[in-house]
Amino acid sequence: MNATTHSAAKTSTGLLSIVFVALIGATMLFVAGHAQSATLHDAAHDMRHATGFPCH
Amino acid sequence: MIQRLLAGGLIAGFAAGLFAALLHFAFIQELILLGEEYETGALVHFGGTGEAAEAAGHDHAEGEPAHDDGAAAEEGETSAATRNALTVLFTGLIYASYGLILVAGFALAEHFGRRVEARDGIFWGLAGFAALMLAPAMGLAPELPGSVAAELGARQAWWLGTVVATAGGLALLAFGRGFVPALIGGALLAGPHLIGAPHPEGFFGVAPPEVAGEYSARVLGVGFFAWAALGWLAARLWTRDA
Repeated sequence: MNATTHSAAKTSTGLLSIVFVALIGATMLFVAGHAQSATLHDAAHDMRHATGFPCH
Repeated sequence: MIQRLLAGGLIAGFAAGLFAALLHFAFIQELILLGEEYETGALVHFGGTGEAAEAAGHDHAEGEPAHDDGAAAEEGETSAATRNALTVLFTGLIYASYGLILVAGFALAEHFGRRVEARDGIFWGLAGFAALMLAPAMGLAPELPGSVAAELGARQAWWLGTVVATAGGLALLAFGRGFVPALIGGALLAGPHLIGAPHPEGFFGVAPPEVAGEYSARVLGVGFFAWAALGWLAARLWTRDA
């Protein structure tokens, strides 16, 4: 019983960490690649063109 | 767990991003600047030495003072340095985001009992390249400045849908068991291209198609090698820590 609970908790922490890291990655991707504030767009402009993101 | 994911993804990502930035300045930046000369009218496609270039490039109202060339040149140098520094920074950031998503993929595969070995890294990297650059580029070619494209929101939506569908399709083909997952995977790969990317009503870009073609090929080539480096490095860090 104890072992099962422990392993279930460990598994869900693992999944949570994975989702958390993926979300950080996706957020960074969105901010650097898609967000359209003028400052961000200008700063990231050349990278967006050079990485195939739709830019403007 | 989470430190291993964050550290591995960020280190591999920033390193691959620096490599990508190096390739960017070797292959891509000169074409961006060339495209911008057409975009601003400093150069004119079909124009030769024509008058259109003069008119577009020097669109001053009568009586407007001429440029102070010295100050302008100095300002140009500073802003070019800033611009290039920002490109290095953002290329590092975007590859760091790719790195985090890639190691999250490693962890997810291992969560479901598929160990990721160091030698698998290159395949993961190339799958990431296919999902995040190659598949979207088949509908929306990397844009040379001076090209025209459809409305931005629609392109971003198609881009995102294509990335998610391609990544999911490749994962099903790689890890699915049996016929049905393979079929769904194939459908996910094909779907975005059957729907079709948003395109403008007509093509009236001012940059020459020869430059735009070379530009797209170089962007994909640089992405290919940078993603290969990212996958290679990320998997090595991942298995070393295990």
